[in-house]
Amino acid sequence: MSELVIEDLRAAVHGKVILEGVDLVVRSGEVHAIMGPNGSGKSTLSHVIAGRPGYEVLGGSVRIDDIELLGLPAWQRAEAGLFLAMQYPTEVPGVAMRDMLTASRATSSDPDEIYELMQAEAGRIGFDEKFLERPVNVDLSGGEKKRNETLQLGVLKPKFAILDELDSGLDVDALRMVSHRIEEETSQSGVGVIAITHYSRLFEQLHPDVVHIFAKGRILETGGPQLADELEESGYERWVGTHVSQPAMASDPFADPLEP
Amino acid sequence: MSDFSPDSARVIDGPDWMVRRRVAAAEALADFDLPTTALEEWRYSPVDKLDLARFSPASGLADPPMVPLHVEPAAIVRVVNGRIVTVEIDDDVAAAGVRVGALAGHDRGVELIGAVVDGAPDYFTRLNDAFAPDPVVVHIPCGVSIDRPIVISNHAAGDAMAMFPRLVVRLEAGSSATVLDRHTSDAGDEVLVCPVAEFDVDHEARLGYLNIQQLSRSAWQIASQVARVGQEATLTAATAGLGGAYARTRADTRLVGRGARGDLQALYFGDGDQALDFRTYQDHVGADTISNLLYKGVLGGRSRSIYSGLIKVRPGAHGTNAFQTNRNLKLGPDAWAESVPNLEIENNDVKCSHASSVGPVDEDQRFYLESRGVPTAEAERLIVGGFLDEVLRTLPVPAAVPSLRSAVAARIAEATDSEPADV
Repeated sequence: MSELVIEDLRAAVHGKVILEGVDLVVRSGEVHAIMGPNGSGKSTLSHVIAGRPGYEVLGGSVRIDDIELLGLPAWQRAEAGLFLAMQYPTEVPGVAMRDMLTASRATSSDPDEIYELMQAEAGRIGFDEKFLERPVNVDLSGGEKKRNETLQLGVLKPKFAILDELDSGLDVDALRMVSHRIEEETSQSGVGVIAITHYSRLFEQLHPDVVHIFAKGRILETGGPQLADELEESGYERWVGTHVSQPAMASDPFADPLEP
Repeated sequence: MSDFSPDSARVIDGPDWMVRRRVAAAEALADFDLPTTALEEWRYSPVDKLDLARFSPASGLADPPMVPLHVEPAAIVRVVNGRIVTVEIDDDVAAAGVRVGALAGHDRGVELIGAVVDGAPDYFTRLNDAFAPDPVVVHIPCGVSIDRPIVISNHAAGDAMAMFPRLVVRLEAGSSATVLDRHTSDAGDEVLVCPVAEFDVDHEARLGYLNIQQLSRSAWQIASQVARVGQEATLTAATAGLGGAYARTRADTRLVGRGARGDLQALYFGDGDQALDFRTYQDHVGADTISNLLYKGVLGGRSRSIYSGLIKVRPGAHGTNAFQTNRNLKLGPDAWAESVPNLEIENNDVKCSHASSVGPVDEDQRFYLESRGVPTAEAERLIVGGFLDEVLRTLPVPAAVPSLRSAVAARIAEATDSEPADV
């Protein structure tokens, strides 16, 4: 049994404070949904935990068991058992997925073994094997990239996975397969999940134990799965004020938080 | 400069016509000065530091090193200090009328040499004309196709020696062949290597040419590759520039016949104090001609690279498609790359584009790999390898690519090890 413990996490981008003190504890096998409006800092939260450059951590702590992640380079966080399924997975031209996963400190270093795992995972989520030969994410559609992230989750077997809007870009069938696969992993390998999303459709197959409402850089309310349904009905108005006050750029859901 | 006088040229052996040609070139040299960086095509180069008087035309032979090739060749010529040491050619290839070996022994040698390069001479091609001791010819008759590569392995040895390898490739109509031209030199020897390669590709012929430059870090290279491509003919010419203290390659491609095509590729890798210099000229003379250039380089340490390229579309070259891309990856703050693309278009019915970039390893790509658990230095290695892979996987002479790939991987490992892991 492992624990991902986030305490009073505060962070800024370009001098602007985005995370204003986040507290969260996720245990092995648990699924925590983080839901919130655009521009609330959800993606920033995932990037800061994973160690993406460009963010200034102002304080707090993120630990997997007794390993403090803040201050470690991203790859050591992955080695410690963290995985981030990105909202917009990066294309890496000329780099084969097999080579990337073989070079990972979080997996076997035997390329044949890696490839077998990749094939097995591809089969589970209906990911065409021909994509396994492509350079990482190159020429994949938005939905294929999300399947690819899920495939890597299956190969890397992290202790904790953050899914940053995994549902965006996926059609209904793909979403069902992908979320089913992750639900399966929570019991099979005991992965603990933080699922960041706007919509509850991700939760038809991947059942959250806890739902957090995230706005204005912090968790404003925590409740059971019914909170997600409530949101679907009433929106975020209760938490962000009568009018959803969002920064001007936030109307673009594709906006990069690093480029405000 | 006395060592590069007409008298020095006159004493190099060969048939009378060749000696006369050398002497005439040496005499013509007297009217020219060494180029300086004031000339656009030498801008940013260290040519001002070249003291030609320090060098003498190479004389004498050294034992050629047996550098493994990992290629099953149709023919192989070993050249040391510009002189042919051995020629091996498969019986069936020779029986097809293919000529590979000394140009001096070719009955049409006098008309083949200079047929292409004389249209665009510069100081160093003239120097090669005057002092190339033993030009190599590759001559493929009409309609003959040779599948396996023809290998020219050039080696240079001897401090303060200047070498003038010369390669003359002639493909008659409808023929096809691939040529692997490799250049190496003894470590530590300060050699000046001035190779000239000329390609005459007649109509509907197909030539693949791969130059692998693995000179030692103490060598200077000033190379010219000049091509003439005929109607519906295709030239795929590639250079892998890995060695040299200063290594320059000028590549002129004249697409003369209607529908002629030139695919031009280079990958280069600089490290330490290396300076790598590429000047390209895509000259569209005929109608419906196509040229596609992709040059990609990686610069580590304090190395420098210069790319400058011109696409020229002549008035008669309607229907031209011409593309030029140069991309440079800098591994650290002390590396330097300059990229200067140019277009000169004298016809309206054309499709041309050029693109160039100089930048560090993409931070998002590195983060992506790191977020999968790949250590920083290893992530950088993978990204750099992937960057060059776009050129590597389309090179002519595919049989030579695996060993080239390992050579590139070794260079990447060396360069990224000497860089701080977190830049």
